[in-house]
Amino acid sequence: MSGLAIDNISMRFDLPNGGHVQALQDVTLDIKEGEIMSVLGPSGCGKTTLLNIVAGFLAPTGGETRVNGHKVEGPDAERGMVFQQGALFEWMSVRDNVSFGPRMAGKRKSDYMGNVDHFLDIVGLQDFKEKMVYELSGGMQQRVALARCLANDPDVILMDEPLGALDALTREKMQSLVLKLWKETGKTIILITHSIDEALLLGERVLVMAPRPGRIHKEYRLPFAEMGVGADLREVKEHPDYAPTREEILGMIWDMEEEIMGRTEGEG
Amino acid sequence: MTTVNLLCTFERLGETQTELRATPVPEGQIVGETFTPAEGCEVATGWEVFSYQFGTLGSELATETQNVLVSAISGIPYILGYILLIVIFMFVWRAIKSFLTPKRDFTSLKTVTFGDESAVRSETAASILSVIVIFIIWGTFTGSSLIPSFLHLPGPFKGEASFTYTALAPDGTTDDAEVFVTVLDAGEEAAEVEIDPGDGFAKNDQVAVTIYRSEIVTWDRNDDVSRRDDAARIVAINGQPVDFDYNAEDEDGNLLQTPPSFDLDFARVAITNRGTINVVPDQGWQMQPLYLPAPEVVWNRFIEIAKYGYQNVYLTVHLGFSLFRVVVGFLLGAIIGIPLGYAMGLSNWFRGWFDPIVEFMRPVPPLALIPLVIIWFGIGEVGKIFLLFLAALWIMAIAARAGVSGVRITKVHAAYSLGASKWQILRHVIIPNSLPEIFTGARVAMGVCWGTVVAAELVAAEEGIGKMITTASKFQSTDIILLGVIIIGIVGFGIDMLMRWGERYLVPWKGKA
Repeated sequence: MSGLAIDNISMRFDLPNGGHVQALQDVTLDIKEGEIMSVLGPSGCGKTTLLNIVAGFLAPTGGETRVNGHKVEGPDAERGMVFQQGALFEWMSVRDNVSFGPRMAGKRKSDYMGNVDHFLDIVGLQDFKEKMVYELSGGMQQRVALARCLANDPDVILMDEPLGALDALTREKMQSLVLKLWKETGKTIILITHSIDEALLLGERVLVMAPRPGRIHKEYRLPFAEMGVGADLREVKEHPDYAPTREEILGMIWDMEEEIMGRTEGEG
Repeated sequence: MTTVNLLCTFERLGETQTELRATPVPEGQIVGETFTPAEGCEVATGWEVFSYQFGTLGSELATETQNVLVSAISGIPYILGYILLIVIFMFVWRAIKSFLTPKRDFTSLKTVTFGDESAVRSETAASILSVIVIFIIWGTFTGSSLIPSFLHLPGPFKGEASFTYTALAPDGTTDDAEVFVTVLDAGEEAAEVEIDPGDGFAKNDQVAVTIYRSEIVTWDRNDDVSRRDDAARIVAINGQPVDFDYNAEDEDGNLLQTPPSFDLDFARVAITNRGTINVVPDQGWQMQPLYLPAPEVVWNRFIEIAKYGYQNVYLTVHLGFSLFRVVVGFLLGAIIGIPLGYAMGLSNWFRGWFDPIVEFMRPVPPLALIPLVIIWFGIGEVGKIFLLFLAALWIMAIAARAGVSGVRITKVHAAYSLGASKWQILRHVIIPNSLPEIFTGARVAMGVCWGTVVAAELVAAEEGIGKMITTASKFQSTDIILLGVIIIGIVGFGIDMLMRWGERYLVPWKGKA
């Protein structure tokens, strides 16, 4: 079976003061191959923890994750990561960054260079491949990160607020790029974001998580991602269902945030 | 053998003084029972020992503080003068610059420059001028031939001059005679000239003095009267009366009058306690070559030593040995220190094991280890290189540790997700990521090694730039000492420039992540 199965995951760890944190409780999800899912939630709802567990950087205290039918034990090339920023290797050129995965796997240069050039083309960095990454702007660096992840041909791509550090205009362009890449490559993508618009535009499925303990609060299936491929994202936002859905989720998250604030004030 | 502290009270010069003395207790005696301290002394209590030590320390430090403050305060006018010079040059330069090229670049259009770090750049003109001013000041105080003579401070008096003295004979008559003074350059021989002795009982004298020295004129040597036999004495110098009788003493042998002195236009002339004349030619404001040789003297010495060596060792050998020690010591330190730092950065156990060692050894200056190293290894190369190895080791270990700790976890996570193995992550992520830190550490380590090698050579070496300085200091060859200092400075600066250049070339991403 291909795709991604998150089965009853719990994460609970001890604090130095003797207490403990229930970061995740009984999270169960099935993501089919080629699906794009965005995850939303107030801070502290465990979405990054969930992503780290799927990536294999953290071992859950309960439950298991299965990719392509086998259990996740640690990080692996089948699950690619795109981080917010600072994950590129400054000491390498753009091309060496993008070809990092195949090179580490010991592939022959003739085998991977075509693929690397192809993804550099898609993200529009063919002319910059000889540059060092610190010579590029933030948006270009994130495109390098996307190309690097894709050139390694993972089955699942995990994105941890990949566009969070970009300015609003660059961000919109990058959102279109993410949709384009998703459609062209047919990869399974999980995307964590703080932006409701981004979650709605990029998620076939939108998962809203709630904090304390981290759990799935509500799940949506939305048509906007499919509509957005190759289209102007501003037009997608004009869709009659868009604004009400956005309002609903926004209200949900605000309620959660207020609850957290109230609880913190009560404790303090 | 035990020792006991005695608190002794005694009288010295009419004052009662207290002193703490550590005294050995004789064999077989027990303090408090059979041991009797010397007269005026008693066994000090712990509190007395403590308070005495801190009392003496306090008063000594108070005196030292006073000395330091006096020195510092006496320097203030010179510092202020120098600052004034800098500011004057600044305004002059700005005026010239704005007159010649009225620049309108972005920085010059900024209205807020005070506090804007980006608007402050090193002004090249100021750097050049500051070096020139140092050489001019140097030349001014040494009478250098490199700068025009109107910039020289007045030098020491040289050449011939004379003054008259009036001698009083025992019969009450006086007579004038002249003293011809010739002030000679160092090493110059006085020309033998016969002088006219003149008339009367006092005869003319001649005396040759080397610059920066003084000379006693035994004026009665050729006179018809003498100090010893006739109690003849001087009653005037250049017509200015002297009221001083070197024979007038009280019963303790102390003089009743203070011996007078006169400031003549070329010298200070003083009557001594024995009635002779002490001639001190004017020394001017310049520094003696012994204290500060002129720049061209140092330069000529440099050429000479470069060509013919100093004490049969060529300059290249001195410099080569010093550099050899630094390079070998630094390389050994880096070869051991960098893997040690990596181990500390990558493993809890190694971090815990070496933390106390590194943190203890780091603040110990290598110079403090010189005596120990000489005792252990002798004065050969091994000891000095071991010292430099230690100097570089901790710095490089800490730099490598910081480099490893500084790697962003996202980079490591990304590499794992791209399928890299642990070894590949060390090779392609951790090591390159730590290079900027290692380079910074290497720059510091090279600087420390260079400073340490010179100091180590000062203590014990056969050759080396520090050894050259020590040898020169024994012969009071200030020019060679100065030359050595300048070479040390230039080489140290050169090493740092080389490291910076290497850094730009090898880790161009430094500070840009």
